[in-house]
Amino acid sequence: MVLIISGIGTLIFIYAGGYLQGDPRIGRFYVMILIFMAAMLGVVLADSLLLLFVFWELTSISSFLLIGFNHESEQSRRSAQQALLVTGSGGLALLAGLILLATAGGSWQISVLLHQQTAVTTSPLYLPALILILLGAFTKSAQFPFHFWLPNAMAAPTPVSAYLHSATMVKAGVYLLARLHPVLGGTGEWFYGLVIVGGITAVLGGYLSWWQTDLKRIMAYSTVSALGVLVLLLGIGTKIAVEAAMLFLLVHSLYKGGLFMAAGAIDHETGTRNVRRLAGLARQMPFVFVGITLASLSMAGIPPLLGFIGKELIYEATLEPETAVWQLLLTALALLTNIFLVAASGVIVIKPFLGQPNEDTVQPHHPAGLSLWLGPLLLGLLSLGLGLFSNSTLVAKWLLQPAATAVYGHDLVLKLGLWHGLTPMLLLSGVTIAAGAGVWWLHERWRQGVMAVDAALAPRLGPEALYDRGFDGLLRLADWLTVRVQDGFLRHYLLWIVGTTVVLVGTALLRGKTAVMPSQDLIPGPNEILLTLVILGAAWMVVQADSRLAAVAGLGVIGYSMALIFILYGAPDLAMTQFSVETLTVILFVLVLYKLPTFETKDSTPTRLRNVVVSLLVGAMMTGLVLAANAIPASTHVTDFYSENSYVLAKGHNIVNVILVDFRGLDTMVEITVLSVAAVGVYALIHTRKQQQETAVEERRSES
Amino acid sequence: MEILLAIIIGVLYAAAIYMMMSRSIVKLIIGLALLGHASNLLIFNMGPLVRGRPPLIHEGAEVPIPPFADPLPQALILTAIVIGLGAIAFAIVLVRSVYQQVGTDDIDELRTTER
Repeated sequence: MVLIISGIGTLIFIYAGGYLQGDPRIGRFYVMILIFMAAMLGVVLADSLLLLFVFWELTSISSFLLIGFNHESEQSRRSAQQALLVTGSGGLALLAGLILLATAGGSWQISVLLHQQTAVTTSPLYLPALILILLGAFTKSAQFPFHFWLPNAMAAPTPVSAYLHSATMVKAGVYLLARLHPVLGGTGEWFYGLVIVGGITAVLGGYLSWWQTDLKRIMAYSTVSALGVLVLLLGIGTKIAVEAAMLFLLVHSLYKGGLFMAAGAIDHETGTRNVRRLAGLARQMPFVFVGITLASLSMAGIPPLLGFIGKELIYEATLEPETAVWQLLLTALALLTNIFLVAASGVIVIKPFLGQPNEDTVQPHHPAGLSLWLGPLLLGLLSLGLGLFSNSTLVAKWLLQPAATAVYGHDLVLKLGLWHGLTPMLLLSGVTIAAGAGVWWLHERWRQGVMAVDAALAPRLGPEALYDRGFDGLLRLADWLTVRVQDGFLRHYLLWIVGTTVVLVGTALLRGKTAVMPSQDLIPGPNEILLTLVILGAAWMVVQADSRLAAVAGLGVIGYSMALIFILYGAPDLAMTQFSVETLTVILFVLVLYKLPTFETKDSTPTRLRNVVVSLLVGAMMTGLVLAANAIPASTHVTDFYSENSYVLAKGHNIVNVILVDFRGLDTMVEITVLSVAAVGVYALIHTRKQQQETAVEERRSES
Repeated sequence: MEILLAIIIGVLYAAAIYMMMSRSIVKLIIGLALLGHASNLLIFNMGPLVRGRPPLIHEGAEVPIPPFADPLPQALILTAIVIGLGAIAFAIVLVRSVYQQVGTDDIDELRTTER
């Protein structure tokens, strides 16, 4: 997998240089695709579930940026948003699933989890974890019914489609399933979930591919189909199926990357990707032609390319299940899919490259440059070479065997070869190629009919229509909620915030089983009781006050009483600060008091009653919270550090002061900055006002 | 005393929220000041209360002699008090300015900055 990411990534880099030549945004493009590459390598190499998730999300985000690369196009933006929402919501499900998995398996390390299969599959959390992880993997790998974002993602520049949306990113879901197969696999739920979804996706993708007219859409749907085959194979989960999956993963990455690059080259040179308007390109673009032909032959599974061996193995895997029904069903699914893929590869190559040009077709402006044909050609030759030498140790033993072993969970020996003798697989291959050719032969005639059916059904039944409806509904819900929660009245905002807090914290407090009495309770002396009464009285005074002065006086009383509390409980520094700050605040209030409006009761009685109830609830909750918090002995290690080191390290006798100016000196500096900013703000407000008054006076003078 | 303090904190919070939900903007600011007091007391109450033994190290000693009051909440509150002063001062002047510009202290009527 790493090899695929880095290898194809390199070719994409060269290719993108030619494709986006002269585009001013090429720098941005490289940055984004490098971010993606790093993230993708992270997904593959991560051993921690959480780390894997973080990289997984990063690939979604970079994919979003790359799909929306042509951000001026409405279509691009919509596709990008769609891809992000679909894969992103899948990502959320995945996160939940991974957490459940880690809880069930008792570890966050995949390497540890691999040995916990029995613990995980017998856990009650297994089914929810499996469903959530499958959701994540299915959305990422464009499985039915989430497949619709992938063809739309073709709005991205072709190098991106070639790299992210065929060779690497969409394989992340398959990779995850493969990686977790030893932990989660081997159960009925795994088998049915993967086989059903993978099977539907494979056939549906294949069916949707061959009658498209846009080269990139043909390839996109055939990618969907290929991903479905991979999921199907992992679902079967036998030794051969796993081998087939790993081989097909490689095969598909090689040919699909090549196909996309070739499509991009055609688009770049002729300005269209419509297969009906392309013909006879073989002479003008010989290297692209060779590359795309090899890739298509591999996709169609024609010997001696690697795709042929891949297809043989797939048939071998589908013929393996013990019950005849499954054998028949799976083989039929695979056969149908492959027939469609053969037809699709015919559509891609034969007409555009070998067809007779006429007045409808477009001629290329200039031959494709080296960087444009190098990628497709190299990948095509690789498909051919690996196919020819598939029985060599390089392919079987070094490339695929370790991967298959890791996925299967037990040691296995992998043998590949072009010729197995006359087997059912060979027969099936023959049938596939013949039927595929037949579909291709008829595809021009059938296309009209199929397109009409699609146009009638898709707006009502297609998952994309459902997505659109869901999206609209979400927006309406958000509108409705926003209008109600944020209605423009400050007090209502406060009410919502306070109300939510009271409900949540209150519920937790009432349901909590912790003691609500403090662990220590000093017996209050008479002076302390008096102080308490003073504060309570002052609070009552503030709330009740009819005049501003009374309220400010009450506030002052509370402030000074707090200073007294600080003195009583060993905080002289606090007391001093509190005294001076309280004095300043009261002075400030009194200074501007007569420029402030007088108190009037503006709220109606029911509103005030509601406010009283809410406030009392908040007060009760806070009291409960304090008591509950005091019941838990506070951790003292931070305090211990400061008190032990305040003289030893900082040579200060007053620990509070040492904390402020030494240990947390930076905080204090920021605090001073905040104060200065506030001071500047106060000054500016007063000053502007003065200036306005002066100008007003001058204006009046000049008028008179 | 811890229980008494908890009650004081609850009452202060209740008073603060009540004041803040008023339509009068001056009451809002007084409520804000009360909220600051309540929060400071809340933080103060998080350390164990110790009567009359400030966290000081005596001459010649290297560590304070227990029991002594927890210095950590004190440091936090000290910062909070000063920041609170800055916020309240700014708010008072802002309200004065708003009142002079707009001519109302009713928050519900403050929907535009035009006079």
